[in-house]
Amino acid sequence: MNDNNIFKRVALFYWDGFRNMTLGKTLWLIILIKLFIMFAILRVFFFPNYFAEMQTDAEKSDYVGTELVERIK
Amino acid sequence: MEGIDIALIDWSRAQFALTAMYHWLFVPLTLGLAVIMAIMETMYYKTGDEHWKRTAKFWMKLFGINFAVGVATGLILEFEFGTNWSNYSWFVGDIFGAPLAIEGILAFFMEATFIAVMFFGWNKVSKRFHLASTWLTGIGATISAWWILVANAWMQHPIGMRFNPDTVRNEMVDFWAVATSPVAVNKFFHSVLSGWILGAIFVVGVSCWFLLKGREQKFAMSSIKIAAVFGLVASLLVVWTGDGSGYYVAQHQPMKLAAIEGHYQGKEGAGLVAMGVLNPKKQTYNDEHEPFLFKMEIPKMLSLLAQREANAFVPGINDIIEGGYTQYDGTTALPAQEKIARGQKAIVALGNYRNAKKEGNEALAEEALSEFEANVEYFGYGYIKEVKDLVPNVTLNFYAFRIMVILGGYFILFFAVVLFLVFKKDLAKIRWFHYVAMLTIPLGYIAGQAGWIVAEVGRQPWAIQDLLPTGVAVSKLDVGSVQTTFFLFLVLFTILLIAEIRIMLREIKKGPENN
Repeated sequence: MNDNNIFKRVALFYWDGFRNMTLGKTLWLIILIKLFIMFAILRVFFFPNYFAEMQTDAEKSDYVGTELVERIK
Repeated sequence: MEGIDIALIDWSRAQFALTAMYHWLFVPLTLGLAVIMAIMETMYYKTGDEHWKRTAKFWMKLFGINFAVGVATGLILEFEFGTNWSNYSWFVGDIFGAPLAIEGILAFFMEATFIAVMFFGWNKVSKRFHLASTWLTGIGATISAWWILVANAWMQHPIGMRFNPDTVRNEMVDFWAVATSPVAVNKFFHSVLSGWILGAIFVVGVSCWFLLKGREQKFAMSSIKIAAVFGLVASLLVVWTGDGSGYYVAQHQPMKLAAIEGHYQGKEGAGLVAMGVLNPKKQTYNDEHEPFLFKMEIPKMLSLLAQREANAFVPGINDIIEGGYTQYDGTTALPAQEKIARGQKAIVALGNYRNAKKEGNEALAEEALSEFEANVEYFGYGYIKEVKDLVPNVTLNFYAFRIMVILGGYFILFFAVVLFLVFKKDLAKIRWFHYVAMLTIPLGYIAGQAGWIVAEVGRQPWAIQDLLPTGVAVSKLDVGSVQTTFFLFLVLFTILLIAEIRIMLREIKKGPENN
């Protein structure tokens, strides 16, 4: 890889940018904590896949179809 | 809707509203600041004056804080669609999936790429490329907003789809009808312009803080001039898009318009309530109480806004319930009770169709399908138990709408006064106005939130207008778990908001000199 390699230049651009951040480091910390809370805690414990037990689209449409018909009662 | 606890519907709605309102604290400022800082950098590009670079970089830093704290909050809404509104998510099918997927890809590739160049690229890329990246960051955010608003507009006015009774999903038959629906186009401009106004108010307010402190006068005055012109133009344009919103609501959601106006008895040449106090004793549409304790009307204005004709008939809540009036498309409105009966026929026919298909009875399936298709237009009404359930919360709609409109008028006046003081007086010395400008910042947020309350609460009881009520859209969850997540989000969002405000205030106090 020589210095004109576009991928190397892009990688160095990002590396240099991240390394020289000041306020950005705090903001990235907030973003990472937030993403961790959202995906590792909320997504896993509070937002389980509602259709998890249904393997196919046919099962899902059957479930929702029954819901649509039953909720009139 | 037997079997579904009303508390479940209410808590699910409250949770979604909390998340959406929190999300909307960040989006409009992102949209507004993106354009303002791009204009400032354009000034730098054209003049080569380092002052403009310093000014643009300061506002970029605040943009970055807002972006970082707000980023991905919309994902929680998407989680909620899947978990709390699973019936809805299945029912909307690819109508919602396509715009949201486009939004996700755009948000990732455009914003993530160009925002990096914008923050890391000073002195590393050419001035022209940096300027292009700054503009493209804003354009990327704005295009993202387009697709989200297309999805929302479809909920207000569902078009371009066909309901498939086999999959019980709506299938898109005309992508462009969905993507360029007049309701979506108008909603996009109205929402984006409101973001531009908030961005302008924010820049003027923060700049006035510097003037009050006797700091950074040149920076503050330059920022105020750009923001005030930008804000005034946006404030005037939002009147035009607001008028469009009112017109489309009148055409497609007449009950929402009637609720916004506290308009119970329809009439020709209907007036617009400029100011009024609702009568708290009026609890239902057909009780004997007068709707207002006091009101001031602009004669014939509601007819003009809703139908583009001063003497046109504008149906009230009672007319929409009773039917019999001529709708915008020339047809006669059915009584709500008949819509409910036809909706029930559609639902029963759907059940019969599905059973017949399972049993392999094609003749019966065809008969049921024919019955379903004859009544599908009123499908959602079949779930409505009492006609009074079709009336959204009049009090909330009436006052939220007036808060939005009065603040919209105030913003026009505000920016006009700012420009007068900048060009005809010495704004830097008028201390009382600095306080006014700072106090205007929260009003910008309140106006935006009030607008969304009108849009969403006014659509009730529907998740999708006329097709799916919220009570059917909601998942069968334990109420306790929805309550738990509501309070969990409340704590999380509050902590994040405090973090944002603290970081933002700290960076504002540092000022542009330390960038």
